[in-house]
Amino acid sequence: MRTVKKQPQPRRWHILVFILPAFLIYTVFAIYPIVESLRLSLYQSIPSAQGTGTTAEFAGLANYMRLWGEPYWAEQFWNALKNNFLLFAMHMLIQNPIALALAALVSIPTLKGAATYRTIFFLPTLLSVVIVGFIWQLILSPLWGITPDFMKWLGIREWFKPWLGLESTALVTVTLISIWQYVGIPLMLFYAGLLNIPEETIEAARIDGLNGWWIFWKVKLPLILPALGVVAILTYIGNFTASFDIIYTLQGGLAGPDYSTDVMGTFLFRTFFGFQSQLGDTYMGATVASVLFFIILVGVAIYLFGVQRRLQRYDF
Amino acid sequence: MASLTRKLERGRAGLSSLGIHAILIAYSVLALFPLYLILLNSFKSRRGIFGDPAGLPNESTFSTKGYQSVITNSDFPLYFGNSLVVTGVALFFILLFGAMAAHALSEYDFPGSTFIGLYLILGIMVPIRLGTVALLKLIVDLNLANTLTALILVYTAQGLPVAIFIFSEFLKNVSHEIKDSARIDGLSEYRIFFEVVIPLVRPVIATVAVFSMIPIWNDLWFPLILSPGESTRTVTLGVQKFVGQYTVDWGAVLAALSVAVVPVLFMYIIFSKQLIRGITAGAVKG
Amino acid sequence: MLRFAAEEEIMKVATNKNIASGLLLAGVTCAGFLAPLYAADLSIESWRTDDQAIWDEKILPAFKAAYPDINVSFAPSKPTEYDASLNAKLEGGTAGDLITCRPFDRALKLYEQGHLADIKGMSGLENFSDVAKAAWSTDNGDATFCVPMAAVIHGFMYNKDAFAELGLEVPKTEEEFYSVLDKIKEDGSYIPMAMGTKDQWEAATMGYSNIGPAYWNGEEGRLGLIDGSASFSDEGFLKAFEQMAKWKDYLGDGYQAQTYTDSQNLFTLGRAAIYPTGSWEITGFQQNSDFELGAFAPPKASADSKCYISDHTDIGIGMNANAKENDAAMKFLEWAASAEFADLLTNASPGFFSLSTHEINVENPLAKEFFEMRAECDPTIRLTYQILSRGEPVLSNHMWVLNANVINGTMTPAEAAAEAQENIDTWHKKP
Repeated sequence: MRTVKKQPQPRRWHILVFILPAFLIYTVFAIYPIVESLRLSLYQSIPSAQGTGTTAEFAGLANYMRLWGEPYWAEQFWNALKNNFLLFAMHMLIQNPIALALAALVSIPTLKGAATYRTIFFLPTLLSVVIVGFIWQLILSPLWGITPDFMKWLGIREWFKPWLGLESTALVTVTLISIWQYVGIPLMLFYAGLLNIPEETIEAARIDGLNGWWIFWKVKLPLILPALGVVAILTYIGNFTASFDIIYTLQGGLAGPDYSTDVMGTFLFRTFFGFQSQLGDTYMGATVASVLFFIILVGVAIYLFGVQRRLQRYDF
Repeated sequence: MASLTRKLERGRAGLSSLGIHAILIAYSVLALFPLYLILLNSFKSRRGIFGDPAGLPNESTFSTKGYQSVITNSDFPLYFGNSLVVTGVALFFILLFGAMAAHALSEYDFPGSTFIGLYLILGIMVPIRLGTVALLKLIVDLNLANTLTALILVYTAQGLPVAIFIFSEFLKNVSHEIKDSARIDGLSEYRIFFEVVIPLVRPVIATVAVFSMIPIWNDLWFPLILSPGESTRTVTLGVQKFVGQYTVDWGAVLAALSVAVVPVLFMYIIFSKQLIRGITAGAVKG
Repeated sequence: MLRFAAEEEIMKVATNKNIASGLLLAGVTCAGFLAPLYAADLSIESWRTDDQAIWDEKILPAFKAAYPDINVSFAPSKPTEYDASLNAKLEGGTAGDLITCRPFDRALKLYEQGHLADIKGMSGLENFSDVAKAAWSTDNGDATFCVPMAAVIHGFMYNKDAFAELGLEVPKTEEEFYSVLDKIKEDGSYIPMAMGTKDQWEAATMGYSNIGPAYWNGEEGRLGLIDGSASFSDEGFLKAFEQMAKWKDYLGDGYQAQTYTDSQNLFTLGRAAIYPTGSWEITGFQQNSDFELGAFAPPKASADSKCYISDHTDIGIGMNANAKENDAAMKFLEWAASAEFADLLTNASPGFFSLSTHEINVENPLAKEFFEMRAECDPTIRLTYQILSRGEPVLSNHMWVLNANVINGTMTPAEAAAEAQENIDTWHKKP
């Protein structure tokens, strides 16, 4: 925690200069349109008096009642939310440890080819989700032989399943593909955190007689806890927003089979913009979006006011 | 008890450098194999892609039709130019304005700073895509429809919250002694930001740059809505001509998107250099 | 200011170079004023990215020849993004003047929101049957908002070489159909049928809606569901679901993860013998397969029952209610109702058949095979598109899930039928 208070200055215009550009662009081109859209969650569409067209009428919390009250909406909502938390758990337990381990290894100062490794690990992140989806469907396809042949070579062909098409395995498979693509992002954040550790701190530990493994656990890890916090919260947010693209590409708008890969992102997209014969519903879409917003807000608040404060104690 | 731990710590050897390389190479193979397949298949005809996806192209399946349609299509250089301008300029604004705002929030105490800090990161929590209709109306009112400016403004607004959030987290760790001694030396607040703080957080800037640029470069939605005109089309929008309702020209899609990766890869490598410089800067500081 | 600059430019040329070229330039400038004073620019919103070349090279030049002062451009967007992006552009006022219409509720909603103009009185609309117009009219028929453009016909395509090799005859009845499938399966050199459930929609569209009309007697069953006299648990609808459960045994290994693209390639690479589909595949398949393609109509329920095809009203074209070039857009729509357009479209994009009553000579042999099914079989449209898809979840989409589940074996035909009926019961009032 910071203890040194800045001495008050008479005019601190520079604060305004620092904040204003971001504040303005962000308010006009992000907050205004979003608020304009979320506002509609309090409205419903009714046929207008003239016979053609519809008008929006204030409806209070009626849309929210529908979302949690009507089985059609409630089932989709809870199913998507459950899948989102599964997705989050898997990313936290698989993606982030892998990213941390790889970051720790490539940040070893004496390692040869570290930059090459980093570039390789980051390459999948640069790809458009369209080709990622296509190539993994091709790799995992039961028809074209890449995985089945490989497993045959290993002698475990009978374990092959059409994973992306089975309710029991589709979500896990999609998650692993997502991890493959995005592991580079937490890796970069951990790496930046590890680079920020002063060399003399590590030197001191080494003089103390600790070897590489223990330096990592006892010295580096506590020091990059803030980065760990950032990664955790970005994983949490990304799992609600960014996960949409990969699922929409791999499993389609109905997030099959039988909605087993449906997450808030796909549910929201279907509701808001429509999908195939389903028409977009701006009002219910705004309602789902608002609820999603609050779910994320709660997570961020827990982080900012709970976790982050505790992490700061480790600051040197 | 303490001595036992100490013994354990000394006794247990770290991973040998051979072991480390083995792990890193294993993961590299996993990361690269699908990319290898993408490249391989981008040089094959449709028959080759599905007939034998892992096989090398042979005389009957080799085809550069995909690349030809990208390279000989006179529009693609324009699309690349548009994508580069949009991504580059938006990225510049995100980094500059994001770092400035984050610096102000973590450096100065002023009334409402917590509130403004929270406000500026709210945007992470809702995809801006939901505000599309209001955004389009706004862009039309400002007479910016079918311009690259519209895209730059929207992407800047979209990228700022994450940038500010990450910058704030890292800027908190910048030592106060350095800034205070600069103040004593008589540097203005602006010079402290540009000459002291920015060089110190270079690796973070590079990190934010790298993952702010990817969603901008790969986005299809806003180009489709805000600037679908022929002269303002971006690469991702240009590629969609290969994606039909029933027939997708996968060879061309793979080729076009493989080519589309090259500029971002270059940008990544440039920013990546900053990470290395960051280490050296840190050493000097120490 | 600008004018001054231009004059100065001419002066410069005249003095610095030679006078002749200066005069020439002035001449060109004058000639510019003599050209038509005004040309209207129209842009067509569409999801048919596949058709860009057809419009650019065949259809639009023909229109331009008839109306030289109207420039039309065809500006499709990716099919999966079309509806959402079109909606945003209509709301924002940047959509094109001409709009390609999806059938029934999706276009109806655009009309109700005031985005599509009513064109009921337009001359040329009399060239379309009421069934065709129904897809783009209000329920009571008071308003029509799109000119019917094209229909697609469902059926099966098959590998003629494979059939010859195995000595198979084209099946006409359900019994023959399964006996053909059994023979292919027994032989083992081909996968009997190329279809997967990964993308779900094939199950409902190429499966259920394709073969079903034979069991629910086409329009009779469809209209029965709408007026409430029929139910999904009736024998016909249930039987169609039972067919889907039977199909499972004839699909390739791992069909649960087989995508639509996979199925297309499985068939065109010659690994599968039969492909349940529709006429929209013709162009792509003819380009990509190196064996002879044939088509057959959905099998009849029994030897003495009728033959039915799903002849689906798929594409229409309407006018943006806030069109900037009203008159020009109307001219285009009138032209789209002409015999010339009907012939151009049907022959330029084989498999998309004009919905007009003009007589058309279908040139493509495979398209002709589909086209001729119209003479033998009673037509109907996809079961759930008209009115029935107004519940929650939308029945057309829900049928994807139900049929995929039935084929995957995670749901019985009776359960699927019950769930489909429950869907209608929740909102559709019986008379």
